Amino acid sequence: MSDIINLTLSALVNKIKKKELSSQEITSAYIARAEKSKDLNTYITTDFDNAIEKAKKFDEKGNFDYKLPGVPIAVKDLFCTNNLKTTAGSKILSNFIPSYESTVTQHLWDEGAILLGKLNCDEFAMGSSNETSFFGNVESPVGKKVVPGGSSGGSASALAAKLTPTTIGTDTGGSIRQPASFTGTVGLKPTYGSCSRYGIVAFASSLDQAGPMTQDVSDAALMLDVISKYDSKDSTSVNFKRGDYFKSLSSNIKGKKIGIPKEYRVDGMPKEIESFWQDGITLLKKLGAKIIDISLPHTKFALPAYYIVAPAEASSNLARYDGVKYGYRSEGENLISMYENTRSEGFGDEVKRRIMIGTYVLSSGYYDAYYLKAQKIRRLIKNDFDDAYKSVDAILTPSTPNSAFKIGDKTDDPVSMYLNDIFTVPVNLSGLPAISIPAGKDKNNYPLGLQIIGKAFEEQNLLDISYSMEKELSFKNNLQDWWIK
Amino acid sequence: MSIDLKTIKHIAKLSRISIDDKKAKELEKDLNSIFEFIEALNKVDTQKVDPLTSIAETSLKLRGDEVKTKNIREQILKNSPNENKDFFVVPKVVE
Repeated sequence: MSDIINLTLSALVNKIKKKELSSQEITSAYIARAEKSKDLNTYITTDFDNAIEKAKKFDEKGNFDYKLPGVPIAVKDLFCTNNLKTTAGSKILSNFIPSYESTVTQHLWDEGAILLGKLNCDEFAMGSSNETSFFGNVESPVGKKVVPGGSSGGSASALAAKLTPTTIGTDTGGSIRQPASFTGTVGLKPTYGSCSRYGIVAFASSLDQAGPMTQDVSDAALMLDVISKYDSKDSTSVNFKRGDYFKSLSSNIKGKKIGIPKEYRVDGMPKEIESFWQDGITLLKKLGAKIIDISLPHTKFALPAYYIVAPAEASSNLARYDGVKYGYRSEGENLISMYENTRSEGFGDEVKRRIMIGTYVLSSGYYDAYYLKAQKIRRLIKNDFDDAYKSVDAILTPSTPNSAFKIGDKTDDPVSMYLNDIFTVPVNLSGLPAISIPAGKDKNNYPLGLQIIGKAFEEQNLLDISYSMEKELSFKNNLQDWWIK
Repeated sequence: MSIDLKTIKHIAKLSRISIDDKKAKELEKDLNSIFEFIEALNKVDTQKVDPLTSIAETSLKLRGDEVKTKNIREQILKNSPNENKDFFVVPKVVE
């Protein structure tokens, strides 16, 4: 059994196809491990009985040509799943049972995957440490009382702890890449418009994008093959020619031009991160890439602009939670007080803060000063990338300005929490694809990631660069299973 | 600039979130520190810059106005917070 949970997704798929392992064996192994890992608080909802049932059916008459034949997968609880509770980590949706399936999760089941359950996340994906969830914080397997990052913290923790062979998260400002960096896993945010947003609980619609979180780069390519598809149900889905990412993976990156942006050398960044970044540069040179110094001059304005755009869109998206048609309701003496009581009791502090920021920046008299200004800054940030891509194929940066921190360390000061996303946010504002791969460990033995940012819709290039680096880095998490009961 | 307590209560009203005085004071502190951080944007001259409204920058597609899912009334009402099978029930709005 311990062998099963140590296999990568692509290795598992191979074993199933060769009938060396059955879906039931694999599904049971992951369920057994999850039952012993409850202290990490990764799951909000489990669907284990159904999973076993589906595995049995798959073994009897499944299609072994599928890309994910009989593979059990747990997903972030932001994806609507038909007939299975979907909470977005919020009290206000704590009793919500969707009557439809998100497009991205449907793609997983259409390729033979089996749902294990729904993973914890920051409330409405707003957070960088998985401490804003109504269902409690998630602990990271990399250390006791350490945050897994956020908002896809339950996903990152479950993946690193080997409770699921792969998972999917969503990334609005870094919510896939930052937790991947904190837990020694791979996290890919595809180009905006690649993966359908249909059926994903909306946070900031112009930034939200689903993507794979995996054990290695090959697995990320395999998952991207499954979930990146045009969808007419998402008005911003883009109908471009997608690659055959897994099959086309190549570790030959000779002659590729990689940009190193000087603005990512921020004050107070630990020396270790600087040195991992340097090592990454040296490694790319060794692999035959050409290193070019570039400038992305508006980088420091990305985070302030994000904290206008994202809350503004969130305040509009979250207006629907009023206690009328679904979700939590708190009664009131009239309709307005019912709305106000419902939202006051149903939303947590961080969500309220962001709704209030968003409402303020969109309110009469302030729109031009804040929202319009932020959209103009967004243009400048995107122009920076467009200019850089005239001379480079991809950009290498650290994924985060620090490694994982202790639970409770940053909850008193929202701005210090927001600074976690300083390297990931510019990518969302520009709609670009980016991947975080584990590069090494700091003095506390906590993982650190490197981020590779690519050109829009050129995910293959991104995957090839990280695939070639991963081979040389040969990172191992070597977790001690301290949380197992 | 700073956001005073009166403005906090006004934004809360607009956001349809009820807050007491203690909560309002907390939010006053938090929002002011966040806006202090956001004000950095004022240093950038954006007079000649066009706002970026959508990253896809394509026009939205038109589709036929067809019903694709039918007879899901019961399913939809199942999530309704009250137990009524036929309608969404809210407090009385007309006298």
